[in-house]
Amino acid sequence: MEQYLIYNTLSYPILSVVLGIPLVGALIAIFLKGDGLLKSWGLLVTLVTAVVSLPLYIRFDPSTAKYQFAEVYRWFPALHLNFSVGVDGISVLLVLLTTFVMPLCILCSWNYIKDRFKEFIFVVLVMEAAMLGVFICLNTFLFYIFWEAMLIPMYLLIAVWGGQRKDYASIKFFIYTLTGSVFLLVAIIALFIKTGTFFIPELMAHHYSYQYQMWIFLACALAFAIKIPMFPLHTWLPAAHVEAPTAGSVILASILLKMGGYGFLRFCLPMAPAAALTCMPYLLALSIMSIIFGGYLALGQSDIKKLIAYSSVGHMGFVTLGIFLLNVQGIKGAMLQMINHGITTGALFICIGIIYERTHSREIKDNSALGMMMPIYITFLGIFTLSSFAFPGTNSFVGELLVLIGAFSKYKLVGALAIPGAILAAAYMLRLFQKMAWADSDGHAHHHDDGDHHALKDLNGREIVTLLFLTVFVFWIGLHPAPLLKVMDASVTHLVDQVNSGMQHLPPMEHHEHHAWLLQVGSLLKKLVVF
Amino acid sequence: METIITSKILLTTAIPMVAALLIMASGKKPNIRETWSIIGAVLTFLSVVNLVPHILNGGAYEYTLFTLYPGISVKFHLDGLGILFAGTASFLWIMAGFYCVGYMRGLNEHAQTRFYVCYAVSVGAAMGAAFAGNLFTLYLFYEIVSIFTYPLVAHHQDEEGYEGAKKYITYLMFTSKAFLLPAMVLIYIQCGTLDFATADIVHGIFPNDANRWLVTISFLMCLFGFAKAGIMPLHNWLPSAMVAPTPVSALLHAVVVVKVGVFSICRIMLSVFGTQLLHQFHLGIFTAYFVSFTIITASIIALTKTNLKARLAYSTISQLSYIVLGVAMLTPNAVTGGLIHIVNHAFSKITLFFCAGAIMVASGKKDIREMGGLGHRMPLTMIAFGLASLSMIGAPPVSGFVTKWFLALGAMDIHNVILLVVLLASSLLNAGYFVPVFLHSFYGKPLPEDVGQTGSLESSPLIMLMVIPLCITSILSVLFGIYPDLFLKIIHMMVGT
Repeated sequence: MEQYLIYNTLSYPILSVVLGIPLVGALIAIFLKGDGLLKSWGLLVTLVTAVVSLPLYIRFDPSTAKYQFAEVYRWFPALHLNFSVGVDGISVLLVLLTTFVMPLCILCSWNYIKDRFKEFIFVVLVMEAAMLGVFICLNTFLFYIFWEAMLIPMYLLIAVWGGQRKDYASIKFFIYTLTGSVFLLVAIIALFIKTGTFFIPELMAHHYSYQYQMWIFLACALAFAIKIPMFPLHTWLPAAHVEAPTAGSVILASILLKMGGYGFLRFCLPMAPAAALTCMPYLLALSIMSIIFGGYLALGQSDIKKLIAYSSVGHMGFVTLGIFLLNVQGIKGAMLQMINHGITTGALFICIGIIYERTHSREIKDNSALGMMMPIYITFLGIFTLSSFAFPGTNSFVGELLVLIGAFSKYKLVGALAIPGAILAAAYMLRLFQKMAWADSDGHAHHHDDGDHHALKDLNGREIVTLLFLTVFVFWIGLHPAPLLKVMDASVTHLVDQVNSGMQHLPPMEHHEHHAWLLQVGSLLKKLVVF
Repeated sequence: METIITSKILLTTAIPMVAALLIMASGKKPNIRETWSIIGAVLTFLSVVNLVPHILNGGAYEYTLFTLYPGISVKFHLDGLGILFAGTASFLWIMAGFYCVGYMRGLNEHAQTRFYVCYAVSVGAAMGAAFAGNLFTLYLFYEIVSIFTYPLVAHHQDEEGYEGAKKYITYLMFTSKAFLLPAMVLIYIQCGTLDFATADIVHGIFPNDANRWLVTISFLMCLFGFAKAGIMPLHNWLPSAMVAPTPVSALLHAVVVVKVGVFSICRIMLSVFGTQLLHQFHLGIFTAYFVSFTIITASIIALTKTNLKARLAYSTISQLSYIVLGVAMLTPNAVTGGLIHIVNHAFSKITLFFCAGAIMVASGKKDIREMGGLGHRMPLTMIAFGLASLSMIGAPPVSGFVTKWFLALGAMDIHNVILLVVLLASSLLNAGYFVPVFLHSFYGKPLPEDVGQTGSLESSPLIMLMVIPLCITSILSVLFGIYPDLFLKIIHMMVGT
């Protein structure tokens, strides 16, 4: 086991602590009374988690692809089941994203959530623990437990604190995700039967036959494609986003969607590299369809939240595009794009929550011409708008550029096909911003004469702090992404090596017998795609 | 010939940005606000002047601020080409700074703070583009210019303003995302870097075995991606941008914005592709023919326009292509002609726009046909207009002559009669649409309601704030025609004699 792990050398078991704080905090929250106290408690717990997780970045050793800060406890010897956690360059950034976004989720719910505050704090903290668990565990069994554990708090967040169509949205979310995870469970059990272990690094090192890889890949990919979500499995997302409370939308956009991408990187690529290669053309095609489709649908929305939701589909298309290019730039770009989407789209959802608290509407036309009344708000919105359509100098640009470099250096046609997505992003975000800052499409500000809007207050201190925090990251990653790239460097290189070497270990005969037709279609597509 | 690594060159970009913040902070006090704007302009110009001596000695400045990825960084590099553009734009900002005060107060415009802030940031970003040391930095500042000029175009916030601004941003954003972004990626994967080759203009950054088709595609994408250069068919944003207040049209849409586009094209031709590669793949001569079409067509369209600003807009489109034409001919003389036109056109065209704005504020007239006899009431303005027109036509001794002289020499160097004919024909067309304006203003019949109105329109202090800058720029136009030596020397540093 040592060849995969570097055991934790800090004076305390950092990963268990990070996982435990929100869990314990949630239990304590049950016994607290009073909304004010609960809010502060929630904020305190998430902040402490964030601070405690900082050494993961500071003490991280970027020179190795091994899993660091690892802890292994014997749990269920009969099944060779250990409680094992650790992070590498791929998961550590997502862990930090989670711990840093959660305090903002509490802050943006400060006045938004009006009832059942105790339950809200409890659910949010359980959610945080489950999400952290997914990213840090090194064990498929635990992975599945945490994966499913996320489902219920998220369902509750939408179903209890959601908007008018919350029942529809929450059940749709639940069914979609559950369908995916059933296949994931099948894959996990199949892998266990084949290898006799749940330990992820060992599963990665094992070589599977081509046909076996294919099944594993398809089962896992379905679960992750629903989660991320990839066209045509994206339909649950707009509904869930629109109906979820601000905190729910932020969690969903910033962290939950990333699990799909993380799953692809952790399961599909290293365990089924040959299958990944076979399926690459199809997944690239689906990614491009996500990019174009998401952008195109976003262009037609009148509901701000829906617009951002569809933009997420497009952004996640860039993530899957980067992942399935199977080269270093593409995967690095995809990783950055995941972090960036977490920051920028999270911020945009917070912005929408802020305006919804004031005007009680998510329609663009009810929220137009805010420039004169809320200059600070509009400034922040402008920054995140630019970031969202990958304006140079902001975070998203770096991610998108790396994905495009990966795409153009591999298949020029794929890169060229992704460009319309970038154009659409600029179109729908600028359209949204123009209308919100100035006026509606017909050129008139609607509510210059009704009394309501003059009462709109600009941001208060709490809201400014929330958005300012994210703004710092927008420009930091946008101009100086080197530290983040360095953290993921060794792990991504290792992953690409794993994929490449995995493809060589294939018996060539099997290749042709079973999937000749698939390969034929694939090579035809490839011929189309290769410049 | 040394390159000095110093953060000092960041100042020129930073000063306008700081000025913008100060303008924002003193938004409620117009006098202080406009003082900041002018102080910012003066300091920016001084910071450029401060860098000139070293450039004149054949040196350069360089500084890398951030590195995003190996070969992609925010890097500044200042050489002759950059300082030519930066010096011109920052000097004209001072003129425009005074002119703005007269114009905006004269018309009692709304949202003046926003106007001054965006104005300053746009100029600052243009400085950044002039100082850019690689394609990414150029792209970054190019995009900032697009974003911050958008509120200026939509300034009036009426239907026409929104429509114009929508067209403006659609053209600029679409082209930069659709062409420039992939071009940048393509260049990066071929060269492994985006840094400009600054040693000479002959060798670019491409490897010797560069694929012909990839190079061609990258080049064409750059050519269309920098739509701010107004090359047809992607020129249509410029006439619609004329809904903006005149100082915006004057400084931004005659100097800063469009010159950022042209400058960028010159830069990529000279420092990314290099003249050798362009010549080898026949891209230079293709570009020359391509922009010749713009030169002639835009001039013909200009003839049909009776709105003075619209006519100037099409004249701008035509004149910008001279610059690209010069560089595309790839001979030292032609490149000199093209680059010096960055300066010459700037001074002359800003004069013309200043005149159009002054006429509009003083008399309320926008249409050329209504301007009969106006020369007698605004003599200074119309004489300046006449001088600047001569420069556009290319008559000696005004600065435009220098441009045409070198361009003609360049066309003869490559023995190309067609391009020579294009130059001659366009000069005739230029005369065709500028001379009548001038003549009509002195000898034309005034409108019936204007008959009998006499007395100078140039006497009020606010109008003087506009007339003095335009007199200065027109006089400088003449001076640069007589003494082009400074600019020629800077260009020769760049091009080699």
